[in-house]
Amino acid sequence: MIRLAALLVALLLATPAGAVLPEERLEDPALESRARQISRDLRCVVCQNQSIDESDAPLAADLRVLVRERLLAGDSDEEARAYLVARYGDYVLLKPAFDIGTAVLWLGPLLAVLTGGAGVAVYWKGRSGRAAVEPAPLAADERRRLDALLKDDRL
Amino acid sequence: MGLRRDPAILPSMLIDRPLPAFDLQNAPERDQGRPLASTDLRGEPTLLNVFASWCVSCRVEHPMLMRLARDGEPLHGLNWKDGERDGARWLDEFGDPYDRVGHDPTGRTGIDLGVTGAPETFVIDRQGRVRYRHVGPITEAVWADTLAPMMAELRAEP
Repeated sequence: MIRLAALLVALLLATPAGAVLPEERLEDPALESRARQISRDLRCVVCQNQSIDESDAPLAADLRVLVRERLLAGDSDEEARAYLVARYGDYVLLKPAFDIGTAVLWLGPLLAVLTGGAGVAVYWKGRSGRAAVEPAPLAADERRRLDALLKDDRL
Repeated sequence: MGLRRDPAILPSMLIDRPLPAFDLQNAPERDQGRPLASTDLRGEPTLLNVFASWCVSCRVEHPMLMRLARDGEPLHGLNWKDGERDGARWLDEFGDPYDRVGHDPTGRTGIDLGVTGAPETFVIDRQGRVRYRHVGPITEAVWADTLAPMMAELRAEP
């Protein structure tokens, strides 16, 4: 039981190791943790839906090493990111910057929800409006025909 | 834009911009041709083809490159992320269509060019600016429909 608990605790404490190879790591832990953080936000241009921190692709490894070199050369996090954006474009950012070119990307979903919500509101309003209208009362001959039908045992 | 666009093909950041500076050695033990520097690629429109001996699609593309070389197209090669002698061996075995070849064992020049894989081909104008980037092998159709007209257009430019 204790063993199982220890295993569970160990599993819960574990963090994803990423694809960073031991020889890629920087000696300075602060710099290495900045490099990891930057790498997590950079798209692997070969595999597209992985960050370079997670990807085993050789080009992702090259880019991880490049990020670390930029940091060693004194780049800020922003400068290191900009270095890759200059070469691969905004696509390399898993979380693209908010600007004119990406406004549709960021605001599109919100716009879709608002448009859809407005459509639903209009629809419901239309429905409740119709339901509120009382049907016209039956005329005397209609009433007689209805009574006759209701009395008919065959139905 | 649109559903037919291949999302694996990223747009190049270099379009209409000068080729980033590089000065590379020829592929080690290549018996012919010259080494490649970015400054070599100006004066006339040229094609810069990114290739590697490990690249399967490059093998598919290779006969087409040989044909372009026979037809006198100015074709240069970037031997990308390849082992010391692998580029030369590849060219010995299948033929060498390139005038100049630059050996980029670390892949850094490729990264400066925004290369995401091999093969890729850059169309470069007289001023040494990148005008187009083709991702994947040059097929008959790609050459006839896209690259050949583009080269003709660039040759007509002053």
